[in-house]
Amino acid sequence: MDLKLSPFPTLEKQMPIEHGRFEAYVDNGGTVLAVGGPDYCVIAGDTRMSDGGYGIQTRKYTKIFQLTDKCVLATSGMQADTLALQKRLKTMLSHYQKEHGKPMSTPAIAQFLSNTLYYKRFFPYYTFNIVAGIDEKGEGCAWTYDAVGSHERVKYASQGSGNQLVIPLLDNQVAKFNQQIIAGGNVTSQQAVSFVKDAITSAGERDIYTGDYADIVVVDKDGVHWEKFELKLD
Amino acid sequence: MSIMAYNGGACIVMTGKNCVAIASDLRFGIQQQTISNNFPKVYRINDKCFVGISGLVTDAQTLYQKIVFRHNLYKLREERDMSPSVVTNLIANMLYEKRFGPYFTEPLICGLEGPDNKPFISGMDLIGAMVATNDFLVVGTMTPAMYGVCETLYKPNMEKDELFETISQCMLSSLERDALSGWGAVVHIITPEEVVTKKLLGRQD
Amino acid sequence: MEELNRGGFTFDLCSRNTLLEKTGLKMPGFLKTGTTIVGVVYKDGVVLGADTRATEGPIVADKNCEKIHYIADNIYCCGAGTAADTEMTTALISSKLKLHKLSTGKEPRVVTALTMLKQMLFKYQGHVSAALILGGIDINGPSLHTIYPHGSTDQLPYVTMGSGSLAAMAVFEAKYKTDMTRDEAIQLVAEAISSGVFNDLGSGSNVDVTVIAKEGVTVLRNYLTPNERKFRGPEYIFPIGTTPVLSKLVAPLSSKVIIEDVVMS
Repeated sequence: MDLKLSPFPTLEKQMPIEHGRFEAYVDNGGTVLAVGGPDYCVIAGDTRMSDGGYGIQTRKYTKIFQLTDKCVLATSGMQADTLALQKRLKTMLSHYQKEHGKPMSTPAIAQFLSNTLYYKRFFPYYTFNIVAGIDEKGEGCAWTYDAVGSHERVKYASQGSGNQLVIPLLDNQVAKFNQQIIAGGNVTSQQAVSFVKDAITSAGERDIYTGDYADIVVVDKDGVHWEKFELKLD
Repeated sequence: MSIMAYNGGACIVMTGKNCVAIASDLRFGIQQQTISNNFPKVYRINDKCFVGISGLVTDAQTLYQKIVFRHNLYKLREERDMSPSVVTNLIANMLYEKRFGPYFTEPLICGLEGPDNKPFISGMDLIGAMVATNDFLVVGTMTPAMYGVCETLYKPNMEKDELFETISQCMLSSLERDALSGWGAVVHIITPEEVVTKKLLGRQD
Repeated sequence: MEELNRGGFTFDLCSRNTLLEKTGLKMPGFLKTGTTIVGVVYKDGVVLGADTRATEGPIVADKNCEKIHYIADNIYCCGAGTAADTEMTTALISSKLKLHKLSTGKEPRVVTALTMLKQMLFKYQGHVSAALILGGIDINGPSLHTIYPHGSTDQLPYVTMGSGSLAAMAVFEAKYKTDMTRDEAIQLVAEAISSGVFNDLGSGSNVDVTVIAKEGVTVLRNYLTPNERKFRGPEYIFPIGTTPVLSKLVAPLSSKVIIEDVVMS
């Protein structure tokens, strides 16, 4: 007996009516980086916010957000999502403080940010983060993330439009890759600040989305110290 | 993937005090697959002029052969070598001739110019838009990384040994952040007296 | 056999390149001068201005390039668009105009340059993407024109072009006056370019100005340099021997090589 298969019923493809497309995301540009030392951490971020094209929306949008007095969050990507993320973290950290009677430790914040980002796995915050500060032992530390929460603890990190310019420089000057003779001993926080300023200045020279001003933040046992730093305005 | 990134590769030129340096990586690949780990992208035109050509290797080799052909004719007619600035103009015009069907190559030219051996570097995009500076120039698959390190580590008026260390460090650091170039590097230091070629140890992955 | 000095474009790689493109490989972008260029007519001459940034996507490829091109002793031209096109088009017309001058024995006129440029751009139907500001002085006095990539032109007392054209035009609309003095015109042009430099990300670095007057041309290269690097930390010193070296080769210079005939015994 022949077994005949009836043709599979074809569903007529239903297409929605297309209107002017809504773009949920925009990249507002900017560069952030962090360098961890033995007992400090230096974080830098420029303050330019651009429209994704050739326009500047503001020259004074700070990308670094203080979470505790031992930890900051540096974010590039979309500004609206950054603000939403900062607000959410701030609320949750204050809940934690009230419940436990102490601020959340930096490594715990790092894990918590990952969870927060993954929670929005299918409509992510368009943000590229670095969590940096000092850990429970007082050592400088940094974590870098992708938009959906994949993260890694590192000695140094950079994110944003100038990431590709800055990261090999950090490889060279912080990790000292490819060098048989390594001059100098431990890097002081002042030396690290000077280097970080150099790095973000160089990014500002060649990346059109990085510029105007930079926040240079030093986190050490005494807390979080902010410095305003001038970049080029062009 | 861009045609320019099909084979991978990177090239840097830098000026020093009475000397210039040119460096390239050694990888030759087809997209993600590496074919050769000993493929320099720097070509000698004459004692005082070298060109580094990044981009699609078939076009780079064709372009190089055409440059040599023109250079040989020039030597027969003029009984002298082409200076780097003349080589630059020659290549720019050869590339712009193919404005609407270009070679996918970005050349860098470096050398010593004139009787007083003035350091000269220049570069151009794939249709011959010249860029002339007096510090450094980069081309290849990871230009942002190279710009970042060169912008910070470069200083003017370096002696030849210092220049070698700087260009080598710039090259190796940027190579490690590029999947399409690497496998070590080669550096030429061009001085009025000699041309020193050094192979650098880089990661073999 | 390679044909030499034939002139004009060749299209022999076009079919190969379209085939490559069909395999899914992307065509690379060209070097752009996402630019601010301006021009102003003043009482007895023309002032041209330009920024000095050339970009390749979001990266600055040249921080101090020249965008005011020489056409003739009395005519200059600012270029925006694809860098190679502006450079080569102005150079070609400059050369043609020189030949024209030598055959007619007369000073070239601005409209002659204008016509040559627009006819060339129109011929290529906008594929040669050069947006130009042509300024000069001839027997008809000072004049200023813009030329669009498709070959259309106009003549105005003050003009701007490039990605920073709106920022620059804002300054002109606010502050342009008829019959300005030379210094006023230079000041206004510098201000318009600065507006582009600071408010348009495609423009940047320095301000170039060229003044074309009856008495002659003044090229004020890097008239303003408001964007010098602001910070540089201590020098990065790599002690000699830092980089691991596998091999070293000292090639003798060919000028120092002595070629001798050796007679075999």
